[in-house]
Amino acid sequence: MKEKVISIKGVSFQYPDQEAFALRNVSFDVYKGEWLAIVGHNGSGKSTLAKMLNGLHYPSEGTVSIGGYALIEENVWLIREKLGMVFQNPDNQFVGTTVQDDVAFGLENNGVEHSAMQERVFASLEKVGMTAFLNQEPHHLSGGQKQRVAIAGVIALRPDIVLLDEATSMLDPLGREEVINTVRELNENEGLTVISITHDLEEASRADRVIVLNEGMLYTEGTPERIFQLDRELLNLGLGVPFAVQMSQLLTDAGLQLSRRHFNEEELVKDLWTLNFEK
Amino acid sequence: MMEKMIVGRYLPADSVVHKMDPRAKLLFIFGFVIIVFLANNAVTYAVLGAITCLIVLLSRVKLRFLINGLKPVLILILFTFFLHVFFTKEGDILAQIGFLTIYKGGVIKGVLISIRFLLLIFVTSLLTLTTPPISVTDGIESLFGPLKKLKLPVHELALMMSISLRFIPTLLDETDKIMKAQMARGADFSSGSIPERVKAVIPLLIPLFVSAFKRAEELAVAMEARGYKGSEGRTKYRILQWSTRDTIAMFLLVALCAALFMLRS
Ligand SMILES: Nc1ncnc2c1ncn2[C@@H]1O[C@H](COP(=O)(O)OP(=O)(O)OP(=O)(O)O)[C@@H](O)[C@H]1O
Ligand SMILES: [Mg+2]
Repeated sequence: MKEKVISIKGVSFQYPDQEAFALRNVSFDVYKGEWLAIVGHNGSGKSTLAKMLNGLHYPSEGTVSIGGYALIEENVWLIREKLGMVFQNPDNQFVGTTVQDDVAFGLENNGVEHSAMQERVFASLEKVGMTAFLNQEPHHLSGGQKQRVAIAGVIALRPDIVLLDEATSMLDPLGREEVINTVRELNENEGLTVISITHDLEEASRADRVIVLNEGMLYTEGTPERIFQLDRELLNLGLGVPFAVQMSQLLTDAGLQLSRRHFNEEELVKDLWTLNFEK
Repeated sequence: MMEKMIVGRYLPADSVVHKMDPRAKLLFIFGFVIIVFLANNAVTYAVLGAITCLIVLLSRVKLRFLINGLKPVLILILFTFFLHVFFTKEGDILAQIGFLTIYKGGVIKGVLISIRFLLLIFVTSLLTLTTPPISVTDGIESLFGPLKKLKLPVHELALMMSISLRFIPTLLDETDKIMKAQMARGADFSSGSIPERVKAVIPLLIPLFVSAFKRAEELAVAMEARGYKGSEGRTKYRILQWSTRDTIAMFLLVALCAALFMLRS
């Protein structure tokens, strides 16, 4: 049995002066070292859930436990050291005037000794491939680079879990790729647990496991392969299946022997043009 | 272009003045601004002028950049100069144009006051030209540190300053974008009467304010998520280093002050 790092049991949440519940009776676990994607339509409660995991909201009902700590006010600073968060807008989370100042911000907040700080800043920037930009000001960076700096700022605190709330949704395809690859490397090499909240099913297809939220409730969970087989059901939930997945489905239906269902276009194209080589 | 005016003023270089502790620079300028007002004759002005030239040379800042910093206040300098020339009634009469009488004393006074202005502007622009804004903020925070005992939120004010500095280019970009968006819808920012122009700015300001508030809110959440809980228990990444050259600068300031007291008439 894998080790649980987050356990959510029967959680409901209602915003003050709001009638509907933003989360309703949600339960699931997150395991150490996995990459979990959470998908859902606009307003399905993804951000609410993310903020709860970082102690920015507390459940109205149910319990949340993160890294062995129950989510209550006394533990909130401990939890924030265990779970780092990257937000959607690259600009609105960049606090420092330069890249290194921004990475150091979290370290300063947590009272890390000055002697240890520099090394940790450099090491984190190294891991996201941004060492060349040490003294760069934020307005000279691309969106993808800013998000990588944000990730560096999070991992400098050596958390067990990184939570990305639509961290790639404001980026162009190149920036998106950049950020996802950075996260993938951290997940594989450092054993970091990743929770990525996303609209983008193609991004979700890279995860080990996918959770689908619908109107504040957990709709289903499973491997990306299993989730994409829901096809029409996903469309009804306001989630489009990625083009490559639809295409490979149609091609298979039309009798083509594809090596497998593809999640991204590049793989599909490669499979298609090498299809007849062996003959 | 606006960006250059506000934040792009810092010119990185490797000079003694660049390497000085921002606190020393701030203290020196504070002292210098007071000392300048002690000067009241040719000798004292010459001494101050010489010191200013020395600092400019040491900083290796090109004269062009100093002159640029002068432009916005040139009108003010000219205005005070002519004010003194026309309204001081001292010494011999130099010329008489219509109802205006120009006295020798007035011209001398006008020239001296203008030099005083120039010296002040040169020295203060040198601060921004040789010190990154963030270091100025750090210096101010450190110098005002003792005021924390009086419950003055020194750390918070310094953080506010540095966040404002960080967001100036972002907001300028945004202003530019909104301006273009409104222009695409037919807004006209560059013609019409003054009330019309003021009115035209409103559709620019409102979206800008809305977005600034949204940014502020998101930034606050992000800061909290990254463990920001006020100045307590916080360490600092940037540490200011006071070295011998800073002490020397302070001695120079004291010596300058003494010299001016002796030389002034
Ligand atoms: N601060 C708030 N106050 C009141 N209600 C809110 C607040 N934030 C979100 N809600 C409501 O809670 C519900 C869930 O919102 P949430 O932001 O969690 O959705 P989301 O899945 O993140 O959506 P998106 O994909 O648009 O980011 C929505 O119905 C929303 O209107
Ligand atoms: Mg959201």
